Amino acid sequence: RVSSDGKPPKFQPPPKPVIIDRKTQKEERRFLSPEFIPPRGRTDPLKYYIERKDMIQRRKVFNIPEFYVGHVLAVTTADPYANDKSKRFVGICIQRGGKGLGATFVLRNVIEDQGVEICYELYSPRIQAIEVLKLEKRLDDNLMYLRDALPEYSTFDVNMKPVPRMDHEEIPVNKLQVRMKPKPWSKRWERPKYNIKGIKFELPEHKMKAAQKWSQPWLEFDMLREYDTSKIEEKIRKELSEELEK
Amino acid sequence: SITGARRAIQKLTRVRVVDNSALGNTPYHRPPKCIHVYNKTGVGKVGDKILLAIKGEKKKALIVGHKMPGPTMTPRFDSNNVVLIEDNGNPIGTRIKTPIPYTLRRREGEFSKVLAIARNFV
Repeated sequence: RVSSDGKPPKFQPPPKPVIIDRKTQKEERRFLSPEFIPPRGRTDPLKYYIERKDMIQRRKVFNIPEFYVGHVLAVTTADPYANDKSKRFVGICIQRGGKGLGATFVLRNVIEDQGVEICYELYSPRIQAIEVLKLEKRLDDNLMYLRDALPEYSTFDVNMKPVPRMDHEEIPVNKLQVRMKPKPWSKRWERPKYNIKGIKFELPEHKMKAAQKWSQPWLEFDMLREYDTSKIEEKIRKELSEELEK
Repeated sequence: SITGARRAIQKLTRVRVVDNSALGNTPYHRPPKCIHVYNKTGVGKVGDKILLAIKGEKKKALIVGHKMPGPTMTPRFDSNNVVLIEDNGNPIGTRIKTPIPYTLRRREGEFSKVLAIARNFV
């Protein structure tokens, strides 16, 4: 190299190659909220299309974050009978139900030794903010058994600070095995119909075997119950990405 | 407890008294039970008055929360909660620690004294 002003040129290290694999990783994990997928039936898909348009309209105005069952959320709703006209509730999401605009999620918390559950509608105009405080999936899709579990598993501090998210890609699965109160429970959770993996059953062996009597192993091979949502999901994802970019 | 299905409060439901009155907190060999609901239907929801049988006495009470799921956005409690009340609407206890739904505020005229002693709202 030609030296400038007679001095040796400063050593410039070559630029480090920065490999950003965002594209491939983004395509692998894209979250589609379960209420967008239409249920199996003979209704006109036009109805679901119109509902989806309304849902997208609402999502443009109000941000509904991605969450699963097992996350700890804080929801602020508008209420004419509250101080400051708005109230805040923190709880763990135990169930996500409903399709379309009537999609709901149930939050549970134990306040002053009293278990409280509130069923919120995702697309209700009364909801002012949804914050995800703790990102954590559990082993099951339905945490209704927390009602019969020891209250320590459902208590969450109302003034909990949001846990910072480490990776932008993976949501950690909490493999916690919950201990239950003594029987009787509201539902017989040991039966295979509920298929619960997140309970530490301390029942005697003969009771666990007796519960297996109600198992229906033929159900998973039943062809009339099959509902393949992969193609429907692809279509809806395309629709969503187009509409949200507008 | 023995009951399975969740209904709202009606005759012969066992309730949990939630305020700090002496009647509600002293132990007795029988749990407080509802004997009458002051309603057209015999089913009591949040904000209805009922007659309780506690310690061999009859006392009126106000329902503050039940196990039955109500309209969306309203809380559902894990136990049937009740606050002891006089005939004119004055509460007998002085403090209510358990959370109370905000919907009771709608009837501020009747329940103003009960709401005044409540600490937490849900």
